[in-house]
Amino acid sequence: MVRVDGNGAAGSLIQVRGLDKTYRRGNEDIDVLQGLNLDVDKGDFVAFMGPSGSGKTTLLNLLGGLDVPTRGTISVAGDEITHMSRGKLTRWRARHVGFIFQMYNLIPVLSAFHNVELPLLLTKLSKAERRKHVETALSIVGLGERMRHYPRELSGGQEQRVAIARAIVADPTFLLCDEPTGDLDRKSADEVMDLVKRLVNEYGKTVLMVTHDPLVARQANTTLHLDKGVLVEAGARQTAVAGGAS
Amino acid sequence: MKFSRLILANLFRKKARLVLTIGSFAVALFLFALLGVVNDAFSRGADVVSADRLVSINRTSIINTIPLSYRDEILRIPGVKYITHDNWFGGVYQDPKNFFPQFVIDPENQRQVFSELIVPDDQWNAFLKDRQGAVVGASTMERFGWKIGDRIPIKTTIYGLQDKPFEFNIDGVYHGAKPEDDETQFWFQWEYFKESLADRFQGQVGWYTIRIDNPDDAPRIAKAIDSKYMNSPYETKTETESAFAQGWVKQFGNIKFLIMTIGTVVFFTLLLVTGNTMAISVRERTNELGVLKAIGFSDRAVLGFILGESITVALAGCVGLLLALVAIPVLSRSMAGLLPPLLVTAKTLVFGVLAALIVGFASGILPAYSAMRLSVVNALRRV
Repeated sequence: MVRVDGNGAAGSLIQVRGLDKTYRRGNEDIDVLQGLNLDVDKGDFVAFMGPSGSGKTTLLNLLGGLDVPTRGTISVAGDEITHMSRGKLTRWRARHVGFIFQMYNLIPVLSAFHNVELPLLLTKLSKAERRKHVETALSIVGLGERMRHYPRELSGGQEQRVAIARAIVADPTFLLCDEPTGDLDRKSADEVMDLVKRLVNEYGKTVLMVTHDPLVARQANTTLHLDKGVLVEAGARQTAVAGGAS
Repeated sequence: MKFSRLILANLFRKKARLVLTIGSFAVALFLFALLGVVNDAFSRGADVVSADRLVSINRTSIINTIPLSYRDEILRIPGVKYITHDNWFGGVYQDPKNFFPQFVIDPENQRQVFSELIVPDDQWNAFLKDRQGAVVGASTMERFGWKIGDRIPIKTTIYGLQDKPFEFNIDGVYHGAKPEDDETQFWFQWEYFKESLADRFQGQVGWYTIRIDNPDDAPRIAKAIDSKYMNSPYETKTETESAFAQGWVKQFGNIKFLIMTIGTVVFFTLLLVTGNTMAISVRERTNELGVLKAIGFSDRAVLGFILGESITVALAGCVGLLLALVAIPVLSRSMAGLLPPLLVTAKTLVFGVLAALIVGFASGILPAYSAMRLSVVNALRRV
């Protein structure tokens, strides 16, 4: 269940309270996010929509521990991340967050296998165990046969599927997707979204996604709109209090 | 080790750049080794000399002679064990380019004083019996393809004997006891030489080399010799062989300073070139570094990757030292006689590797530090 009124249950997977983010440009303060509240339960699939500059990516960065808020708190599975040190936050990200970027962001000099293996290099898994995990992740995204291929040898859709495999290989607590279909044609975008939905429905993953595309957003269980730094409205399939996934 | 693939993959990202950077290191390290062995060669005189030997020359300069009569007088000074005398012959074999040092020696005492230059007894005995005999260092024998029994004509350029051809029979070959010993010399007999000398050179020798019982007595004996001939027409200057060798090297100028200066400039340039290359390499993949940090690689890990790359390049550049190991002996053989033997020592190689590591670290540390400090959000914005 997703709520934006700050009255979510104490056991929410992600709990955001009074979140502000202000950037300073020259002498001017720019308020990107203002007093934002959000509760997301395990297994939710949330899409954030909004015009450019509305703060979607900033919100995603804050939820992923890539940036720190000006005010407010973010708790994930009981861990309050807003006051973690830079090093601790890095370790937390490795354990809890899987990132999927618009431009895939694969390392071009590594094969699909070794790109997917990267997050596992931070664990204590043996080489054989890492191999097993990578093969599993690549088979989930349907690229088991392409593990030796380099990014330049894959299509955009395949690259994004490798990026998804990299995001899920260490079994993170939740996935953050920043315009995951923004660089893909419709067919590839549909394939990627089918995959994301499978991760939610079959594997119980929690997914928070930023998108400009209403067709893509419609596939989420909940759509939230960000406007001028405020979460103003739940999606078409959501009541004003975001009263549960449909 | 599990990160080595990432480091190597990033290194091979631009193969031409990698080859050129490693090549820069290799050339610099080759030059480092070459400068090192040239410096060693010039300073070796002071290193390989015997601690129990003194050299006594004419106080005015080494080109002025001193009387042969001093020999027996010096030998009587307490603490003196052996004494031998030499003259510089200054000869030319076929062409002035074929330089090698020729010495007129005192066969009676040569081997007692220079015991590290070894001649087989049978060859030495043949030399003693042959008035025109010569003993030649193994390096010079190899250089000219000579063999025992060959007859060698050499013309001197001094003593007013320019028109008199000297001919020598090679009776023996000497080898140094240590690799750094000079094996380029050509020795022949005082008796053969002196019969051609003009009256004004009769009874005059170039210098004395004196072997003493105890190196600790060197200052006392040197002082005793010089005091004995003070205010005579042929005053002497006696010093340890080490001091004599150092003084000889100084005549060529401050070679060590020159070599240090060249070496420093080379490595500083290498540092700038490699540092710039590493900085470009990091800038080109700012976004990828942001991704690594986003998925959980720590700042220190990113610092380690960049430093790992620069140090790996530096170590790969040590191929220049291997090249030096192969090329310098060849160069040394081709320069025989013109320069002392050029030997690549373990010390040179170790210093070369250390220099490479230091430059590798120094060239990588600034780009690595900036990569470490990189904000993930800013890095991910770069395309």
